[in-house]
Amino acid sequence: MTDIDPHTDPEDETALDRIASASPSRLGLGRSGTRPRTASVLSFRADHAQARDAVLTHVSEETIENAGLLKVTSLVSDQDEYLARPDRGRQISEETAEQIRDACTHAPDVQIIVCDGLSSTAVEANIADLLPMLTDGFEERGFTVGTLLFVEFGRVDIMDAIGEELEADIVVNLIGERPGLNTAKSLSAYLVYGPERGKPTATKSVISNIHPDGLPAIEAGAQIVDLVATIHDQQGSGIELT
Amino acid sequence: MTPKLESTITGSCQSFESIREVLAKANEEKSGDELAGIAADSAAERVAAKDVLSQLSLATLRENPVIPYEDDEVTRVIQDVVDETVYKEICDWTVADLREFLVDERTNEEDIDRIRPGLTSEMIAAVTKLMSNIDLIQATAKMTITARCNNTIGTEGTLSFRLQPNDPTDDVDNIRYSICEGLSYGVGDAVIGINPVEDNHEQTKRLLEVTKEFIEEWNIPTQNCVLSHLTTQIEAVRNGAPADLLFQSLAGTEAGNESFGIDIDLLDDAYEFGKEHCTASGPNFMYFETGQGSELSSDSHADVDQVTLEARCYGLAKRYDPFIVNTVVGFIGPEYLYDGKQVIRAGLEDVFMGQLTGISMGIDACYTNHIQADQNDIESLAVLLTAAGSNYFISVPMGDDTMLNYQSNSYHDAAALWDIFDVRPAPEFESWLEDMGIARDGHLTSKAGDPTVFLGEHEDGRKQESTNS
Repeated sequence: MTDIDPHTDPEDETALDRIASASPSRLGLGRSGTRPRTASVLSFRADHAQARDAVLTHVSEETIENAGLLKVTSLVSDQDEYLARPDRGRQISEETAEQIRDACTHAPDVQIIVCDGLSSTAVEANIADLLPMLTDGFEERGFTVGTLLFVEFGRVDIMDAIGEELEADIVVNLIGERPGLNTAKSLSAYLVYGPERGKPTATKSVISNIHPDGLPAIEAGAQIVDLVATIHDQQGSGIELT
Repeated sequence: MTPKLESTITGSCQSFESIREVLAKANEEKSGDELAGIAADSAAERVAAKDVLSQLSLATLRENPVIPYEDDEVTRVIQDVVDETVYKEICDWTVADLREFLVDERTNEEDIDRIRPGLTSEMIAAVTKLMSNIDLIQATAKMTITARCNNTIGTEGTLSFRLQPNDPTDDVDNIRYSICEGLSYGVGDAVIGINPVEDNHEQTKRLLEVTKEFIEEWNIPTQNCVLSHLTTQIEAVRNGAPADLLFQSLAGTEAGNESFGIDIDLLDDAYEFGKEHCTASGPNFMYFETGQGSELSSDSHADVDQVTLEARCYGLAKRYDPFIVNTVVGFIGPEYLYDGKQVIRAGLEDVFMGQLTGISMGIDACYTNHIQADQNDIESLAVLLTAAGSNYFISVPMGDDTMLNYQSNSYHDAAALWDIFDVRPAPEFESWLEDMGIARDGHLTSKAGDPTVFLGEHEDGRKQESTNS
């Protein structure tokens, strides 16, 4: 039984429409008895489904290949372990260390890594536009750019281990953020100067909320390039910046 | 002297080095204890630890706090407040005796009230580890812990809700709309509480003013709160902001609190400040939030398991006679509570431990999108904890908090739970809902669910002055 449908019978219909459209929250949806209406429930479930899929699915080989990324992996071996053991997502094996030392440019000014993080969707949605912006931008400013890497099951701080092995000056980690119900496409860029294992989180700079409805890739790219230039000039990142 | 810590309950002999290790390994399975490297290695070791724990005396737990008295001010708070007379009456009980006392049908609320002052957080955590989910629910249901701010929370037969009108840009109109929506579903009697995006005293003051103004214009028997850092709120109040409640996150170790930027001196000062300056009419004006795993996340867990640390948070909270304490149970992520099963267990443990500590306890039954849980899990938890007599739940529009990016109970869930369990909102608030025509005899009216009843001719949720005289 539907007691009320404020979409057809509110005290102030204009006001209700405005509330529903102005707020990003789920307002003015009405009810069926004490429960939400079926359409509201399904819309909520659809958003949650997209968020879950972003966490649980992998970045496609095609995306990795098209972006010209060399794929490596953290110590994590599957999705369950990734979620339960963030410590292992920050580390690489000795074999991986050897692999990247052999295959990658040594001691670049800027090393870019892409991590699936908590949203493969974010990587899929942003990388194709963002990466060329960054490599072009860095080269224009005269920075050498290292071999582009994709790290499967990577956490933010894996940038320290990789940067230390490659003796990079600066590492940029493009990583999928934990999805919300409003978007699963949000990516963050973490930047660190003088990467070494155990470097505190506070010494990392971050630009977040990179997605088509937030900070679009093209604007994010310009911001990241500028920030790398600042980090290079000041020889520090995060709280070390003035 | 520490007794021999070994058990043969599963056939082979399992032994343990310390009380702290027994407490950790006796926990129900939690990913956070595994991440910390202190969980039982096998199901057999887990039950062996429970067996050892069941035979420890309360005196042994008192004498072996998980962090030494001289090393940690939270330990000192918990130990110093123990009523020695009551303690002497129960110190020879084993943890098994305490469990059987709590679940015994002859044990009533007064009996629990009588032993409470003799308990430490370690004892409370220990008995929790021996209790099944029904044990926890039944024992929690025996306890009534009330507190009074502008209204009264926790009385028998009531279930309250925090209205959480967060907005990703702290947009004042959107916050008011969400308040209108929540009130139209009958929620908001625990608190109208906002998590601000910006943690500064100007913003905190602004949001305290917005909420207080709304509460006063509609004459709502509830309290407001803006959940910025305690020092930020104090600065805002010094500058004239009206705050009914003062909020702070707590940890169960001194080091954990340091990572939150607080210590007991600061909390003591805030409490004295609140007595003087909070706009609340009742004696209880503190609001604390906790959650299993927060100490590990700041590397301040001292190899203590997350249930014991959570109990210690409540021991600390009690010092300030809070109006509400809230365990934010599924927010922290799957590395601490892996899935719906662990979240539900932790929720039952926390509300039980809070009430046994003697604080007004409620819960944010919630989950993030990277945990193996969904809305069904937290709806189940809300049903279980209404059965247990949780004082309140957090509620957000359609379960979706667009600022904190996680999901909790929906505004809708309040009336559903009132119906299922035949419970009511806080009495003063229920009268107000009746006066507003939103609820009658504990049920929503046809007017409920329409936020525009609060809009009138002013479209931003403020009453017109002419109707306010």
